[in-house]
Amino acid sequence: MKRSKTMELGVGLFMLAGILGLVFLGLRVSGLSLERPASSFELEANFANIGGLKPRARITMAGVTVGRVRSIELDTDWYDAHVVMELDGRLEDTLPEDSTAAILTSGLLGEQYIGLSVGGAPETLGDGDRIRDTQSALVLEELIQQFVSNIAKE
Amino acid sequence: MIERIARLGRWGCDTLESLGDAGIFLAQSMFGKPSAEGMRLWLRQMHFVGVMSLAIVLVSGLFIGMVLALQGYTILVDFGAEDALGQMVALSLLRELAPVVAALLFAGRAGSALTAEIGLMKATEQLTSMEMIGVDPLRRVVAPRLWAGFVALPLLTIGFGVVGVWGGQLVGVQWLGVFEGSYWGNMQASVDFVADVGNGLLKSLVFALVVTWIAVYQGYALVPTSEGISRATTRTVVYASLAVLGLDFILTAVMFGGLS
Repeated sequence: MKRSKTMELGVGLFMLAGILGLVFLGLRVSGLSLERPASSFELEANFANIGGLKPRARITMAGVTVGRVRSIELDTDWYDAHVVMELDGRLEDTLPEDSTAAILTSGLLGEQYIGLSVGGAPETLGDGDRIRDTQSALVLEELIQQFVSNIAKE
Repeated sequence: MIERIARLGRWGCDTLESLGDAGIFLAQSMFGKPSAEGMRLWLRQMHFVGVMSLAIVLVSGLFIGMVLALQGYTILVDFGAEDALGQMVALSLLRELAPVVAALLFAGRAGSALTAEIGLMKATEQLTSMEMIGVDPLRRVVAPRLWAGFVALPLLTIGFGVVGVWGGQLVGVQWLGVFEGSYWGNMQASVDFVADVGNGLLKSLVFALVVTWIAVYQGYALVPTSEGISRATTRTVVYASLAVLGLDFILTAVMFGGLS
């Protein structure tokens, strides 16, 4: 009986440690926050070239992460990239309609993300609206090609 | 020539038959009415299979996390990207190393012991005597061990991951001087709870089932001699390791293949 009690205690501690470990992985390693983000809303944008942008990439505003890329697909009407972004609900109906979205690279070799910058129009963007003013990703080959053809012209 | 083809056919039939036997064996022993007695047996096995394996799994996790940080740092620092150390350590641990290495250690530490134990029970005819007095050995001996392994390995995997991340922080931040904020910050930005932690746990659930199933079945189906026990124990470790590594590739291809 005595031995069974210590065994129960050992197994109980083991399982408790496992659950605590999972909580640690959730909170500390994957940065899950206890309060769920209250709400979110979606914006769309079409880019001529997304470079290496991937689903789940960050969306930042003034360097602060405010959302993630939900999906990327080819828009068959215009043959450009249709990007759906999921943004923090607090920004709903506050961003001016002429805000711009640009695909940027963090560091020289880093991941690509979308940077939003605020415009000045009085109308605001709501759920499902489209950002019209977009700036494509910088593709190194195109830059080099331009550079080479400029040299050739001279 | 015909003799050879016949031998191949016999081998194929035998393999298929033993696979089928193992499947029926798994289904019969895993599903049944839970009882208080079963819980007590399960607890005993949890202690043996889980708590007693904790030390080896945690120590290995610590060292693997430390080595990852050391190796990752020497490569990343060449590109001036040592800030990404946390993300490298956490992703490689959670997605691959924790489930796989914990399962391999588990196969060596607990799987071989399960096979030998059940094998000796069979060799000394304890299993047959149980049947004689009307106790189903599948329920009494096999089921608690299967369930204990199935619950214990995911818990061990979590422990492995936690200790590994902490070991990486020990080497990366305390020793090599990566900024602590970027170690944890980059990690939190890139690790997704469902996609990385969840998929890692899913992997380890699959490995837990496969490893304990192989271990218990090898013990149950062995030739009841001393040589048979030694062969079955070896087979458990070899088959379980191969199954874990092979399944890991398939699971990784399904889980992370589309997401590069």
